[in-house]
Amino acid sequence: MNRKWIIISAGVVVGALAILLLRQGNPPNMGFCIACFLRDMAGGLGLHRADTVQYIRPEILGLVLGAFLTSLFARETRVVGGSSPLPRFILAFFAMIGMLVFLGCPLRMILRLSAGDLNALVGLAGLVAGVALGIIFLRKGFSFGRAMPQNKSNGYIFPLITFAVLALLLAKPAFIFFSKQGPGSMHAPLLTALVAGLIFGVLAQRSRLCLVGGIRDFILFRDFYLLYGFLAILLVTLAGNLALGSFKAGFLNQPIAHSDGLWNFLGMALAGFGSILLGGCPLRQLVSASEGNTDSAITVMGLLAGAAFAHNFGLAASPKGVPAAGQVAVLIGFAVVLLVAFVNSRSLSRQGVLSGDGNKGYTGSTLP
Amino acid sequence: MEIKDTRGLLCPEPVLITKKEMEKQGSGTFQVLVDSAAARDNITRLAKNQKWEISIEQHGEEFLLTLKK
Repeated sequence: MNRKWIIISAGVVVGALAILLLRQGNPPNMGFCIACFLRDMAGGLGLHRADTVQYIRPEILGLVLGAFLTSLFARETRVVGGSSPLPRFILAFFAMIGMLVFLGCPLRMILRLSAGDLNALVGLAGLVAGVALGIIFLRKGFSFGRAMPQNKSNGYIFPLITFAVLALLLAKPAFIFFSKQGPGSMHAPLLTALVAGLIFGVLAQRSRLCLVGGIRDFILFRDFYLLYGFLAILLVTLAGNLALGSFKAGFLNQPIAHSDGLWNFLGMALAGFGSILLGGCPLRQLVSASEGNTDSAITVMGLLAGAAFAHNFGLAASPKGVPAAGQVAVLIGFAVVLLVAFVNSRSLSRQGVLSGDGNKGYTGSTLP
Repeated sequence: MEIKDTRGLLCPEPVLITKKEMEKQGSGTFQVLVDSAAARDNITRLAKNQKWEISIEQHGEEFLLTLKK
């Protein structure tokens, strides 16, 4: 089958699942949202104490297990790591803060758009700007260096953690938090969410769905492939929202959103800038971690830590707007990501240790 | 024949390296060594878009891509 049709069908199914989850009780315009769900999981595990956003989202667990099993079955599991894990953690940390200032990952941005939330258009403009900024560094030889093959057992750690968290969700020990009000209290039935996530994981692994990657490939190579998937998600959810009467065009009073254009733009720009240097948006990082990439697993930990900090220190936005501390955090985030981009770009940095061996591919090396 | 070794690099780096080599050579033959299915698929797509012929050999967990124009 033509690969284009694989990603379009993946987009159609993911769009339909998002609408289904919405109908089954997920928060408004949040059929799927990787950033929000990771934040809810950080809350569910008690890593932050914002009592409206605490729930271990079965969608995430299903997604990881689906992608893990699919890559195992397709013999695409590659256990690798060691490509600048600490800088990746830091980029993920700030990318998450950017997403929580906008209130959504690139996937939820599309879902918000499909329900008529025009703030998402501002976010999209920011995301494109962030990706374009990252591409300048990619063109200048930005690289985190090579990942090396690791002991196969390392590839099981991330899926095993996921199983453990699933066990916690099922066993509901006293130290696990469940929101009684707010978005964290709104969720589809556990089994529905788990199965929807599982299907999403299978499709995302096969199609390599990634919005940040889609914008990047379009700018760099005029390659539409990944964008077809998101176009499919947008059209299916738009049709769904229109049919269900949940489409309402405008900027004001959109569910779990604020209309501060500047910070919607900057939040998503920071998310796009960080994500592009990481090689993909949070969805892609989850899938890649499930395929055995331990650097991506560290990236997911960075996203979780970013979410925990965002809510512990009052950085995350709410429908009331973006707190001053959140605005400062976004600006610090830009400074940090710029610094990381700069020192890891071959033609900009003179520090051989930082960009030496990892960039061998650029000069080309021969096999023995 | 030159082999571009992109093992261990995350996309888009393998694709960028391939594109750079395509632009440098204009036409000719070169090989790219990749270690992930994602990189294999992305380079295959780039080759088709840029009208380069591509053939793929699998060696264990790695793929050797031969590009020709």
